[in-house]
Amino acid sequence: MEVQKTALYKIHKNLGAKFGPFAGYEMPIQYSDGIVKEHISTRTYAGFFDVSHMGQFYIEGEPSIDEALEKIIPADLKNLNINQSKYCFLLNLEGGIIDDLIITRRKNGFYIVLNAACKDNDIKHISKNLSKNHKFYLCSKTSLIAVQGPKSSEILEKNIKGISNLKFMYGNFFEFEGEKLYATRSGYTGEDGFEISVPNNKVENFIKYLIENKVKPVGLGARDTLRLEAGLCLYGHDLNEKINPIEANLKWAIAKTRRETGGFNGWKKIKENLDKGTSRIRVGILPEGKIIAREGTKIFSTNDKEIGTITSGTFGPSVNAPVSMGYIDPNFSEIGRNIKLEVRGKKHNAQISKLPFYKKSYVK
Amino acid sequence: MSEKKYSKKHEWVELNGDTATVGITKHATEMLGDIVFVEVPENGKSVEKDGQAAIVESTKAASDVNSPMTGNVTEGNKSIVDDPSSVNSDPEKEGWFFKIKIKDKSEFDSLMNKSDYDKFIKDNPN
Repeated sequence: MEVQKTALYKIHKNLGAKFGPFAGYEMPIQYSDGIVKEHISTRTYAGFFDVSHMGQFYIEGEPSIDEALEKIIPADLKNLNINQSKYCFLLNLEGGIIDDLIITRRKNGFYIVLNAACKDNDIKHISKNLSKNHKFYLCSKTSLIAVQGPKSSEILEKNIKGISNLKFMYGNFFEFEGEKLYATRSGYTGEDGFEISVPNNKVENFIKYLIENKVKPVGLGARDTLRLEAGLCLYGHDLNEKINPIEANLKWAIAKTRRETGGFNGWKKIKENLDKGTSRIRVGILPEGKIIAREGTKIFSTNDKEIGTITSGTFGPSVNAPVSMGYIDPNFSEIGRNIKLEVRGKKHNAQISKLPFYKKSYVK
Repeated sequence: MSEKKYSKKHEWVELNGDTATVGITKHATEMLGDIVFVEVPENGKSVEKDGQAAIVESTKAASDVNSPMTGNVTEGNKSIVDDPSSVNSDPEKEGWFFKIKIKDKSEFDSLMNKSDYDKFIKDNPN
């Protein structure tokens, strides 16, 4: 398959991006500032991310969509307000996570943002559950730009009137240079921010406006360090089809009523895990000292019993220390518990940590 | 009078008598990005030409630093272990990795000089 490029490819190039392959796309990994500076500027000011490789998926049609989607997405969609968003997932019959996503109710149906690497498979899975009266499509006419950081609201308000009034996990239509665009107050960095569908013919001007306001471009490298500090999962690493939401410590993302009443894929298994516990659980891990425990690192108890595996790990620039997440035997999962990590053949001390590693500052 | 040469794996070697100081080149640091972890060899460790001797990690990944010459380690640079970012800011001076007592000077002669290395990275940008 040919490598795909987003509508911003030339803009990235002019901004000094270093590209790398990601989910079939040629994406900016970092720009001339580098990952640490991009990370810090997002936390202290604002940064923008091209996330147009992600699927902007729309489903429209009669109200029976709610019911059809509730079979595969364990959110309380029937009680989701127009323009309200939820973080949730697509589940398979065993309760395994096919993808994690953000779903927003729109006037005529739903808008779902899907992971780039999963979107084709997701659509097959979703469409199987829809009827002929439901229309669905992946939109490629708009770019998806995330603007994240404490200054993002103030800066965007200058040229997108009203956007600063959005509440966390809500969306709406706004106007930018006479063009309609849809924005949600959401993101994946642990900062206040917005994700904006910008028509491709306006995206160059939109980026120009951000840069004029000193909002820096941020690549996938810093997106990864930001989301990991915020304790957020990366699909394909911390989540996959063999892991269910209870094991992933994402119980909160299954609507409370639905945990009890079920009616979605894998509920039996999930209910059983809720009642009796799981054989593994996702936790935060802080290595002692400077050693970085990356994906695949084995986790041991203090008496050298193998108890789990790291699924994400890097150096956290705002925590100023290495940070990791992984799955371990729940008997060893309490916060503060001492464990060992095997890096390059040597065992290093570490502790189970609360998540997030870096305090979130969402505007509610 | 010391002399400096370069390897195809982007290490530099500065030779002073039979002591070689080894580090990674500016080009290497630019490819790696922000360096956040360094592990240097302990004194007395024997290293082979092109064998793994140290570790350098960026936010993205871990990489080996090889020794371009055979010898015994006489010193590892503790200051870059404490502050790995100094490898980015001054890779070819303050950011040295380790010193070795060399065994075979002819290994040095087979490395590239500055202009050959500059041409090499121009022809092999990645």
